[in-house]
Amino acid sequence: MNKGVMRPGHVQLRVLDMGKALEHYVELLGLIEMDRDDQGRVYLKAWTEVDKFSVVLREADEPGMDFMGFKVIDDACLTRLAGELLEFGCLVEELPAGELKDCGRRVQFTSPSGHRFELFAQKQVTGKWGLEEVNPEAWPRGLKGMRAQRFDHCLLYGDELDETLRLFTEVLGFYLAEQVIDADGTRLAQFLSLSTKAHDVAFIQHAEKDKLHHASFFLETWEDVLRAADLISMTDTSIDIGPTRHGLTHGKTIYFFDPSGNRNEVFCGGDYNYPDHKPVTWMAKDLGKAIFYHDRVLNERFMTVLT
Amino acid sequence: MSAVFEITVRPDGEGFVCRPQQSVLRAMEAQGKHCLPVGCRGGGCGLCKVRVLAGDYECGRMSCKHVPVEAREQGYALACRLFARSDLCIERYSKPCYENTVDPQQREKVTS
Repeated sequence: MNKGVMRPGHVQLRVLDMGKALEHYVELLGLIEMDRDDQGRVYLKAWTEVDKFSVVLREADEPGMDFMGFKVIDDACLTRLAGELLEFGCLVEELPAGELKDCGRRVQFTSPSGHRFELFAQKQVTGKWGLEEVNPEAWPRGLKGMRAQRFDHCLLYGDELDETLRLFTEVLGFYLAEQVIDADGTRLAQFLSLSTKAHDVAFIQHAEKDKLHHASFFLETWEDVLRAADLISMTDTSIDIGPTRHGLTHGKTIYFFDPSGNRNEVFCGGDYNYPDHKPVTWMAKDLGKAIFYHDRVLNERFMTVLT
Repeated sequence: MSAVFEITVRPDGEGFVCRPQQSVLRAMEAQGKHCLPVGCRGGGCGLCKVRVLAGDYECGRMSCKHVPVEAREQGYALACRLFARSDLCIERYSKPCYENTVDPQQREKVTS
């Protein structure tokens, strides 16, 4: 059921070295630097996004994800959801407008999986980067590297998947798009969506809470994914696996790491969903094929390398 | 010509050479060795943690979660952020993951 949560809005990532991180996220991934703040955080966006930023980088001595934010339809919705999160049993914290530059007040909470999330209703609209609002061209000149189109989703590792699913579906209005279950019917992975997209956020069962598997960015075509792979080689960037296809979502993908060890994905394609679709199910015994459709074997890194 | 250092990995005693500007992990990968597990290569995931038993070295930035300051003082480091300044003897902290290798003989070792 739609609860007024619209879409992923941003992710704040911790990096060990801001200079190297910007070389990666701007020159290689193709995000655009939009602003900086007095805490030293750097605000980036992908070119098709209408709001001012979608990735915030913060220099710290441990990499990983600080929080992921979702945009809600309006301020009244934000107030209502803050109440519902409290009722669910979440510890809720409100951050004032401007704590993130040009972003309205935010409601932060921790999911049972241990991850920090937040909701916000307002952010400065700067429009698609490099395009006119009326009669926009197909794409702007001057994009760098992989020319990432949008911040798409995060895959997060943690425990208490059932309660996390209940929070995201009952309170926030996500639906279960795809899942991995074992022979006993226990869910080991859950891909959640707010839209027709294959996923807006996903979780995989893991004993330790609050781990980031990857932050993912959307590309348009398989040719773009191949070109991204070329750029990863040209820049001697740490690769994980790909280009290949996922069984889950059927997206075409490549995984690689930022200079602090946070995993990134760029991908294209993937399945779509409508409210009358049933969740797609994969069996845990076929996890290799579910994750890497061609190799049909999991690499050890997929389950163990996290920040 | 720049110096080349010998890296010896305990407990197996396998070795490889490393140039000063190359991380120990990258040098190992470049020589097709698998004596240390390869993770993110960015000082973030902790998979390639080692302890330096002997030799001079410098370290790049590493996650304090995996190598806190006290551990660093005891010689712990992540091989992807470890730069040799002399021959090094290092000790592997965790088991290698041969699943990542394309060499079928190495895969055999794990499954057999």
